[in-house]
Amino acid sequence: MDPNTPRTTPRKSATFDDYTLSEIRRAATTGIYDIRGAGAKRKLPHFDDLLFLGASISRYPLEGYREKCGTNVVLGSRFAKKPIELKIPITIAGMSFGSLSAQAKEALGNGATLAGTSTTTGDGGMTPEERGHSKTLVYQYLPSRYGMNPDDLRRADAIEVVVGQGAKPGGGGMLLGQKISDRVAQMRCLPKGIDQRSACRHPDWTGPDDLEIKLHELREITNWEKPIYIKVGGARPYYDTALAVKSGADVVVVDGMQGGTAATQEVFIEHVGQPTLACIRPAVQALQDLGMHRKVQLIVSGGIRNGADVAKALALGADAVSIGTAALVALGDNDPHLEEEYQKLGTTAGAYDDWHEGRDPAGITTQDPELAKRLDPQLAGRRLANYLKVMTLEAQTIARACGKNHVHNLEPEDLVALTVEAAAMAQVPLAGTSWIPGKSGY
Amino acid sequence: MIEIDLEKEGVRGVNSRLHSLPKDTNERHWLIKNPMGQHAIACGLDAPLTVEIGGHAGFYCGGMNKQAEILVHGHVGPGVAENMMSGIVRVAGNASQSAGATGNGGLLVIKGDAASRCGISMKGIDIVVGGSVGHMSAFMAQRGHLVVCGDAGEALGDSIYEARLYVRGKVDNLGADCIEKKMTDHHLAKLARLLDKAEIKANPKDFRRFGSARKLYNFNIDHADAY
Repeated sequence: MDPNTPRTTPRKSATFDDYTLSEIRRAATTGIYDIRGAGAKRKLPHFDDLLFLGASISRYPLEGYREKCGTNVVLGSRFAKKPIELKIPITIAGMSFGSLSAQAKEALGNGATLAGTSTTTGDGGMTPEERGHSKTLVYQYLPSRYGMNPDDLRRADAIEVVVGQGAKPGGGGMLLGQKISDRVAQMRCLPKGIDQRSACRHPDWTGPDDLEIKLHELREITNWEKPIYIKVGGARPYYDTALAVKSGADVVVVDGMQGGTAATQEVFIEHVGQPTLACIRPAVQALQDLGMHRKVQLIVSGGIRNGADVAKALALGADAVSIGTAALVALGDNDPHLEEEYQKLGTTAGAYDDWHEGRDPAGITTQDPELAKRLDPQLAGRRLANYLKVMTLEAQTIARACGKNHVHNLEPEDLVALTVEAAAMAQVPLAGTSWIPGKSGY
Repeated sequence: MIEIDLEKEGVRGVNSRLHSLPKDTNERHWLIKNPMGQHAIACGLDAPLTVEIGGHAGFYCGGMNKQAEILVHGHVGPGVAENMMSGIVRVAGNASQSAGATGNGGLLVIKGDAASRCGISMKGIDIVVGGSVGHMSAFMAQRGHLVVCGDAGEALGDSIYEARLYVRGKVDNLGADCIEKKMTDHHLAKLARLLDKAEIKANPKDFRRFGSARKLYNFNIDHADAY
């Protein structure tokens, strides 16, 4: 061909993009699916697709920084003798010791306590570090029941029965052999160094009728004092919320697909479950249909990043939100000052997600004692507290602008959507119109 | 022996009384009358009591027991002695599914049969069943012993970790990574002690031992079809 003949510019396939091609090569070479931590990374309909309207004439705003705007929340007011009262409607989600270092668990407890909120155990049981540093600690009751014992149930301030997780609804936990240290093995009654694959379903109940009896047993053991949460992955939020209420939950936690995980299959993280934004309205609708909205509290989690996300979740009907991945970033995970070390691990700051390998240079998702020592639990806890307070201030600022003297007074009417998809999922009008997809205008 | 009528006091009343006993109490022997198949009877005990249940019990009887000896003079529902930490639970009759699930310690004795998933995810408990067990028993069993004097259903010991299983009768089939293992003098002696403690007469030499092949402890793509 004549070299002067114009050539078509090479074009890569949108379907077979660089990432997809690399994944095919990796699978062909290793013979195993990709396992990673964190949550869904692809772009999904999210809180960014919603906007607050603020107040003008039809609504009357409050003075920022002058007029009070409450942020407290009571969780577990349905049956528990001792409901939890938190200063802020942002809690720390369950993350296990094993997945995280003891220092990281301690830092989460420190930060949450400083900010006036709760932290949560994870798959692996309760450590003295986190109980000692958490004023309010929620004890996760998981399918694996690793480390589960009645003493810790009674030591907890609330119990969260984990049925599912947003990053992997229907899937169990995973902790690869690199992180099954002596202490983790002892806590979980497992041989050191094996790949721990924990159960996807509870061993002694199979449906809502059994679950109701299970909750009764947990209440009997803890003298009916502790609020009982039920956590579900965001898959069928209407029915799962309704059945959680039927089973006797004090609090329902709905975790959308942007929710994080320590380790699971990439294909699971990106292809199972629903975006957090799509989960809130059906969950709220279930509570409203049962006459239980605000009586059984709703916590929403999965990709919450800032005060705007908090305010939007509350406006859509949640009572509180929960953060996991964002809390780890606040502690210092994926920080650019560690870029050189991330490069050595074949990644870059902001993209590091091989939490299962236990080589986290930030000392957070590791069981390597030398790496774990890098995290100062006091300093990291302070960072988390700062972050939680900033999120709270941001949510208050928005609430005041909408004329609300408590963040729980935010409502769907304060919102519009930028996209048709977000309008349909959040059941708020598309901006500039009165149209809510699936409903007639007003 | 102190008698307590569950029909009059309800499960909450009965459990409250048992939970609130001081550590040095002399009131150590209790009989719960009229259990009526209620759920969560005598769960969460944490004292060296002897608690007799005078009839059938529902779900989670003796759940998370510590220290106590609980005697059920009847049948029990699912999850008997689930997550037990220590002590003894003895069932005179049969047990439904998930008996001794996730138990960490202590001894569970079922004189009759147990249904499916007996000893599921057991973490150190010893379970002795006088009769047979259903399918998926000792699924993901991590530690402890399951002794079956009768037969075992399908997929015994599927995905088993370090628990030890002894079966006198026939086994329908074994689950993933569960294999028959040699019965040594050490195992015979351990089995004899368990049978003795369970007050079940059987000759340890009539039993076969099963445990983990440990081939699936770390993921290998060539073993994927084991599941």
